[in-house]
Amino acid sequence: MAKQPQTTMSRALVRRETISGYLFLLPSLIFFLGFVIIPMVICIFNSFTNANMHPGDVQFVGLKNFIDLWQDVTFLKALKNTFLIVIVSVPTVCAFSLWVASAIYKLKGPVLSAFRCIFYLPVVTGSVAVTVVWKWMYDNYNGIFNQILKGVGADTINWLGDSRFAIWCIILILFTTSVGQPIVLYVSALGNVDQSLVEAAQVDGANHFQVFWRVKWAQMMPTTLYILVITTINSFQCFALIQLLTQGGSDTNTVMFYIYWTAFKLTEQAGHFGYANAMGVVLAIFIGLLSAVQFRLAKEK
Amino acid sequence: MKIGSGRTKAYRIASILILIVLALLFLFPLYWIVTGSFKSAQDIYAAEPKLFPTEWVTTNFEKLFAKRSAPLWELHVPFAQDANGDPLVFSTGPIVPGAIRWLVNTVFMSVMAMILTCITAAMAGYALAKKRFVGRTLLFSLIVCAMALPKQVILIPLIKEMAALNLVNSLWAVIFPTVGWPFGVFLMKQFCEGIPGEILEAARVDGANEAKTFITIVLPMVKPGIGALAIFTFINSWNDYFMQLVMLSSNSNFTISLGIATLQAETTVDMGLLMAGAALAAIPIIIVFLIFQKYFTKGITMGAVKG
Repeated sequence: MAKQPQTTMSRALVRRETISGYLFLLPSLIFFLGFVIIPMVICIFNSFTNANMHPGDVQFVGLKNFIDLWQDVTFLKALKNTFLIVIVSVPTVCAFSLWVASAIYKLKGPVLSAFRCIFYLPVVTGSVAVTVVWKWMYDNYNGIFNQILKGVGADTINWLGDSRFAIWCIILILFTTSVGQPIVLYVSALGNVDQSLVEAAQVDGANHFQVFWRVKWAQMMPTTLYILVITTINSFQCFALIQLLTQGGSDTNTVMFYIYWTAFKLTEQAGHFGYANAMGVVLAIFIGLLSAVQFRLAKEK
Repeated sequence: MKIGSGRTKAYRIASILILIVLALLFLFPLYWIVTGSFKSAQDIYAAEPKLFPTEWVTTNFEKLFAKRSAPLWELHVPFAQDANGDPLVFSTGPIVPGAIRWLVNTVFMSVMAMILTCITAAMAGYALAKKRFVGRTLLFSLIVCAMALPKQVILIPLIKEMAALNLVNSLWAVIFPTVGWPFGVFLMKQFCEGIPGEILEAARVDGANEAKTFITIVLPMVKPGIGALAIFTFINSWNDYFMQLVMLSSNSNFTISLGIATLQAETTVDMGLLMAGAALAAIPIIIVFLIFQKYFTKGITMGAVKG
């Protein structure tokens, strides 16, 4: 039906629409193609080369970078840590924000926005300011956590220096900076749940939890899916926390940090751009696959 | 409906109490930044945590603003070179402390990114929503896919590109990729879908040209969308530490986030100074957020619809 006008549109009109459409798109396309698509294509291309600091001798090396990756112990470790962060943070962020949202969405306007703002504040505060203050709180001598431990007579913990704790410290900070957006989304989704369905279920004798799972949860599936995808992407990209807190030490290296390290910091062989690009491609593939799986699962339900 | 049954009421009260405790925990880091920035060294290095400064001092801020190191503002002319092949730069204003300059840089960067994003995204979103042109579906799929791409993946080619364009170590190198990020186009498309086709048709019949239709009819109708996108871009750009870190290298070009991160790397022990820096980075953006939070919430939810 919607196609109908298009077929009857005269050719001149189609041409006019196309020209004016692209004229409107032009400014945006310049930036999108220039600073997103072109670098992306170069990145994929470079991942098959030995590109480095010297632009002169770039050679095509086929899949060598990707094969090397699977033998690079540091990379595999970083991959494991990245997955640990994603697997822990995605479900907890989703569950927590769903709980908070369902506890606050019926509150009065100003109270609701106050809560929503507070849970959003760590995002707005900015990763650097947040990280700097957490670093102080985790500090061995002057940090509040160890001062409390000392106060109750327990042994202090070397939070960021001990590989048993460091990654969990990072996951905790990541958690506080990740729940803001999902809470906003869930509050709005809960507000949009079709009340007639809820009432119909109640009339049929469904209890509180049945109403929640069978009616509300089902209707919020698209929101949940979106939250899963953005939280996954965010967790994969966790970078500032690691760069500022541990520099990848104490077993907290992630793929994102390792890319940065390989391209800019690795002292003996700095500027392994081809290799770093290959890591970027692998990371993008993982994110794409995970998003696709989440879409599939959500659709089946 | 029975609302007041004992168990649900108890559950309500318990959940509100838990919420309040959680809210306080979420506020604590910010509280710790602000109070920390006014604490004396004795308070900061005391054996027991001081929940409240015993004496409010401004020494941390004085230290932060102590060194006057850069002119108030420098304008980097994009893409241009001077006779020696160096970037073309105009500087102006008195010599000010580094931290002030960082703040000026950050405001310039965020405002510029915001303006450019709003203009380009509003135009593109309108075209994608209301024009039936060849290649529209393909372009839209490309935009949706690119949104899922981690920004860091394209980082290395982007840096080389910036070097080739004479943009390296200038704020434009952070601004342009932000503008290119397709979320804004996606958001504005969502808003423009809501414009009734009849209104546009009527304008055309009345003889309004494309530009006039866009400015007098489309823009006023998507104003809330532009507001949402503006505040969203402003805050994200202010806090996009990663881009700033890889693109900016000289101290006078730093943003406030980058400046604080550098301070942190240099002085691992002076927590008071760091908290003053963190407060300077966080408070302005939090105020902006609180003023415009209604728009912000709207932007987040609209971006998710049909996401």
